[in-house]
Amino acid sequence: MSTPRRVPVRSGLFDDDAGDVVLLGARCRTCGRPQFPRSATCPYCSSVDVEPVRLAGVGTLWGWTTVHTAPPGYDGPVPFGFGVVELSAGLRVITRLEIGDGAALQFGQPMQAAIVALHTDHDGDTVVTYSFAPTP
Amino acid sequence: MSTDVRVAGVGIHPFGRFPDLTVTELGIAAVRAALDEAGDPRFDAAFCGTAYAGVAAGHKVLSAIGRTGIPIVDVEAGCASGAAALMLAAGAIRAGQYDTVLVFGIEKMPKGIIRSTFFEPWREAAGLAATPAYFALRAQRLQREANVTKEQLAQVVVKNRRHGVHNPDAMFRRETTVEEVLGSRLVCEPLHLFMLCSPNEGAAAVVLRRAADAASDAVRLDAAVLRSHLPGSVLGEATPMSGVEDDDIPPPSTLAARDAYAAAGVGPTDLDVVECQDTDAARELLSYEELGLCERGEQGRLLEEGTTALGGRLPVNPSGGLLSKGEPLGASALGQVVELTRQLRGTADARQIEGARVGLAHTVGRGANASVTIVSR
Repeated sequence: MSTPRRVPVRSGLFDDDAGDVVLLGARCRTCGRPQFPRSATCPYCSSVDVEPVRLAGVGTLWGWTTVHTAPPGYDGPVPFGFGVVELSAGLRVITRLEIGDGAALQFGQPMQAAIVALHTDHDGDTVVTYSFAPTP
Repeated sequence: MSTDVRVAGVGIHPFGRFPDLTVTELGIAAVRAALDEAGDPRFDAAFCGTAYAGVAAGHKVLSAIGRTGIPIVDVEAGCASGAAALMLAAGAIRAGQYDTVLVFGIEKMPKGIIRSTFFEPWREAAGLAATPAYFALRAQRLQREANVTKEQLAQVVVKNRRHGVHNPDAMFRRETTVEEVLGSRLVCEPLHLFMLCSPNEGAAAVVLRRAADAASDAVRLDAAVLRSHLPGSVLGEATPMSGVEDDDIPPPSTLAARDAYAAAGVGPTDLDVVECQDTDAARELLSYEELGLCERGEQGRLLEEGTTALGGRLPVNPSGGLLSKGEPLGASALGQVVELTRQLRGTADARQIEGARVGLAHTVGRGANASVTIVSR
């Protein structure tokens, strides 16, 4: 039996090849606004002059809650944290959170990205995604 | 002065769970009731709002009662589907295309968290399509930015459920208490089960007619506005994966309200009754500021002083709201218009607001879509 591989829940979403987790976003060369996930068009000004950017996986906590029941189409563990992290690039990103019951959290506290397992797919591979955890 | 559009008749099938009835049968009941009220059963076109009833769902309702041949358009705009149908119908009458238009909304929702093709499969797999979690995050920001307390979230439920006791078309007709709401299962902090409306089943119908004479005492449709979102709000109803650091992006409900007030020639202080989107308890309080009923931070006081309860200066959701009625997406906006019409006619029985003359209905949801409808008499 082969060793399970890690496969991203969606390609082109994040990267941790160099050790640090980065989110794969883009910035519009026309209006300057950032976006995540990366697309070929600017959702603000409709420009197609969009450049890829690697968004550092560090930010501050902007909102959080805990999901107790598996939502439709989800086969991962529950409960899990869910919230918004504000990146230094000026972007607020929807993300999973590694926060336990969330009781000790505060607005604005430093957070850093991590890669977490979601579920095992039909090939026996581990499906992973990005998440954020409080900076130790 | 633009063409007067009047509400010639309204009808509703109660909102709830009806395992023995098809969505077509729910629609037939509401449509027949509205056409009966309208007197003259003829109409020139029909617009049907629905999100889950499938292909040509409106056609199936009108086929069953032999009222086809006219143009029938099925309309989907998430929680605002019925309001989108109303906007198209009113616009067509004002443009001179039709004299009488039947507008109806029908829905039979699956139970539990609403699954939507709106989200890509990877987002569901990552756990990032959890709709109540978005509501919870919005509630948390409202607590932080508008000083709303968790107890006030529970008080919204208590208020609306108290109203719903008097509405025979509502799903939940039993009063509740702050303690019971806060003791119900925690769904996503700060939202407990009783603070979330139930997706359910139902139908509502409205017959719109060009006013034959200005002296008509029928309820007048002054504005039927639909707007979508502007980009950038991370917790907006468009549910993007990211947003920008800008807290001044007007939400779609505000865009719709501004347009509707301008079209109707009224402002928030002219309103006597409001039916607003209370998908969750925080959503109602957010709607207060988005519709201009109060400034940000005042909604908790408005609620606690009883301003928005029956008997207060501006009752909100006298029907019991979605928290009492449940939310059949395609029908909910028209259900609000049914309630406002009854309030303005003075036929709302135990939930009647004395002397109500101007009413506003509001929906907002996936898309994002937001609607604001204003009626007067």
